[in-house]
Amino acid sequence: MAPDKTVPAPDRERIRATAPESPIRSVLSTQGVPVLGALIVVAAIAVLFVDMFGTPRNVNFLVLSIAAIAMIALPMTLIVITGEIDLSVASTLALTSATLGLLWESGTPLETAIPIALLLGLVLGAFNGFLVTVCGLPSLAVTIGTMALYRGLAYVLLGDRAVASYPQDWVSGVRQPFLGVQGLPWIAVAVLVMALLFAVLLHVTAFGRSLYDIGHNAEAARFTGVSVKWTKFWLFTLSGVVASGAGVFWTLQYGTSRADTAMGLELQVVAAVLLGGVSIFGGVGSVLGVMSGVLLLGVIRNALQLFGIGSDVLQIVTGSILIASVVTPNIVARVRSRRTSEVPTGTVPGDRPLNGEKS
Amino acid sequence: MDPSEVPPPLALVDVTKSFGSVRALRGLSLELRAGEIHALVGENGAGKSTLVKTIAGVHRPDTGRILVDGDPTVFTAPADAQRAGVAVIYQEPTLFPDLSVAENIFIGRQPRTRLGTIDKARMRRETAEAFTRLGVDIDPDRPANGLSIADQQLVEIAKAITRRARVLIMDEPTAALSGVEARRLFTVARTLRDSGAALLFISHRFDEVFSLCDRITVVRDGAFVSCDPTAELDVDTVVRRMVGREVTSLYPKEAAEHGDVVLEVEGLTRAGVFADVSFSVRTGEIVALAGLVGAGRSEVVRAVFGVDHYDAGGVRVEGAALPAGRPKAAIEAGMALVPEDRRHQGLIMESSIGRNATSTRRRVLSRFGLLRSRDERDTARAWGERLNLKYGHIDDAVATLSGGNQQKVVLAKWLSTEPRVLFIDEPTRGIDVGTKAEVHRLLSGLAGQGLAIVMVSSELPEVLGMADRVLVMHEGRITAELDRAQADEESVMYAATGQRPSEAA
Repeated sequence: MAPDKTVPAPDRERIRATAPESPIRSVLSTQGVPVLGALIVVAAIAVLFVDMFGTPRNVNFLVLSIAAIAMIALPMTLIVITGEIDLSVASTLALTSATLGLLWESGTPLETAIPIALLLGLVLGAFNGFLVTVCGLPSLAVTIGTMALYRGLAYVLLGDRAVASYPQDWVSGVRQPFLGVQGLPWIAVAVLVMALLFAVLLHVTAFGRSLYDIGHNAEAARFTGVSVKWTKFWLFTLSGVVASGAGVFWTLQYGTSRADTAMGLELQVVAAVLLGGVSIFGGVGSVLGVMSGVLLLGVIRNALQLFGIGSDVLQIVTGSILIASVVTPNIVARVRSRRTSEVPTGTVPGDRPLNGEKS
Repeated sequence: MDPSEVPPPLALVDVTKSFGSVRALRGLSLELRAGEIHALVGENGAGKSTLVKTIAGVHRPDTGRILVDGDPTVFTAPADAQRAGVAVIYQEPTLFPDLSVAENIFIGRQPRTRLGTIDKARMRRETAEAFTRLGVDIDPDRPANGLSIADQQLVEIAKAITRRARVLIMDEPTAALSGVEARRLFTVARTLRDSGAALLFISHRFDEVFSLCDRITVVRDGAFVSCDPTAELDVDTVVRRMVGREVTSLYPKEAAEHGDVVLEVEGLTRAGVFADVSFSVRTGEIVALAGLVGAGRSEVVRAVFGVDHYDAGGVRVEGAALPAGRPKAAIEAGMALVPEDRRHQGLIMESSIGRNATSTRRRVLSRFGLLRSRDERDTARAWGERLNLKYGHIDDAVATLSGGNQQKVVLAKWLSTEPRVLFIDEPTRGIDVGTKAEVHRLLSGLAGQGLAIVMVSSELPEVLGMADRVLVMHEGRITAELDRAQADEESVMYAATGQRPSEAA
């Protein structure tokens, strides 16, 4: 019963102004722009005021340190947009790494061991997907469970041993610069290509559109013919594969397999995704924002490390950024809704319970 | 009693209210007299909601006065309105599900014993007294959880009585009620009127308005149009005043040629919900599923379309068996479902008009798997034009539209798939009169082009006006199949209540 025009003209202008018009702009998606801006500002400050930050050697180090996070963050973005979460990614990475170690120790060539490791990631991810979709359990609970389970299995495989006998050409191979450009390891290019593929998938395909629909209103998506369960199942499987791919890279990068490797990495991934503007409640987010978020988090941590700040403080910073990135959109939304709160929205059930409230 | 001598318990004089550039109320006056049921009718967006919220103390009028017993009063918060004796009963009350009925009624104002603890005995007693006065049978100790919407409304009314409210505002209370429940509510409303309360009744259903109310106020575009005793009015006059123009016919059903059978439903059963439902629909035919709320009509439609599962039976489209439980397969087979609940099933409210309107056609609109925003917008605009959709910008959230225009977006979304069978569940619920006629004309036209339509509707005039054939459901079973010629209010109601005319007398 609300009047036809429930959004005041200025708001409508704003929506129009930010609407992506061209296909390229919709791939990039304007949602990520604020984070990208923050990244540029912080990076500029770091270059100007932090010694050594801008050197090719440090940039190389920075890129290598965030490559795995960036990779895992891509499927995580899709999962969080559908309103789910995968906290088992770091454990999947560790279990993959441990498996790779055992295979290598037992004489399996890496050319064979790596596909097996990726297959394992697929199975681990599919198991998450099975529990979430077929059993209908909340992904938060499921993946906290498998986070412990997969990590535990990694300990079963390796105990507190480390496998460090990887061939030198493979280990230095993953750190090679791209076309000889110093400060640009090939993995950075690989992640960039992956990010582009994910951006296309998310922003300009029917599949990507359906992810936003699921995140906003899974029921309505189902009524439109979207297979919500299958979609989520494939996303978790994809997340498992990518996490195990990151595990292979991680293992070779450090030349070591350990059961306790990448402990707490899922926190950094989720922090970066949320910092990148993806809503923890689903339905909102962009690949550009998330990649900016990964870089921003990496730059902040790297700059603080160069200042000689210890890993305990870095943990605090990561945690604070995680909280801030969840709280900020809420505050922004609340301020925005307060500005427009006088607008009647008679069809919103939320503004009915007047007489249910305490009087 | 001459009402002009005693000042009315509540009156609004020349009230205006704007939200930004939208003028929701422009000089509205209304007088609620003691011992009278007053109807407020108007199209969606005419300002009824804003008016209710103004009376409830949620909105403060920009200009104009609110008079309580003839004295100018300012409501700064809902509590002020409550203190003045105003109570609002909403369409869907919000009770605390885990508290008992009595606790809900006394929430925030629980009576105390001498020791300062809550006086449960008194709460229970006063609740029971209120229910006795209303002539309803609800256990004060049962939890609110599980009460029907009708009972929840009665709890709210009991709450108003224990607060000694003198002015009761009922905002579309019957929209979600069955016929029996609505009649019980009317009895309660008459009881309250006879005890001297002033009631304001808002409804889209004219039969209710005319049978229940003493006076009818018509509003249009936030302004007062007329206020007359019910006896001096008829439905046509009221409709004309509401829309401000002649409505040629509310149900412009054209004759359509019926061709081959498109949809066959055979022995469809879902344990505890519906049983042995069989029917078929031909091209160009409009088949209505009538019955009381809760008879299982929507559930049948949902199961046929595949969003719900069924236990036994089968569905065939143009002779080919349709796999169960797969909406995607149903869509590919040429089915479309405009669901009952627009906000939760029909649309993604946060998403744009354009994306909602094209959400069923994304794969078709893609080129080499890539979907271009421009194609989405163009398609959506074209359909918006076809359906006479009123909107600001195609990228606006669909939530910014009025109910009728939202329904048009759902229709665009499904009609653009060029279906052969259209299921439409409550096609005009919560839609204003003007758009209603548009939807009916559209459906009639589509049937004329050979579309098979299965319509679920709780509005009897709509069923009788639109359907070529009426299937009446009662407690999960089809109890009658009536031709257009046979179907009238009586025959449908008998079947819907599970009675035969001879038994019912």
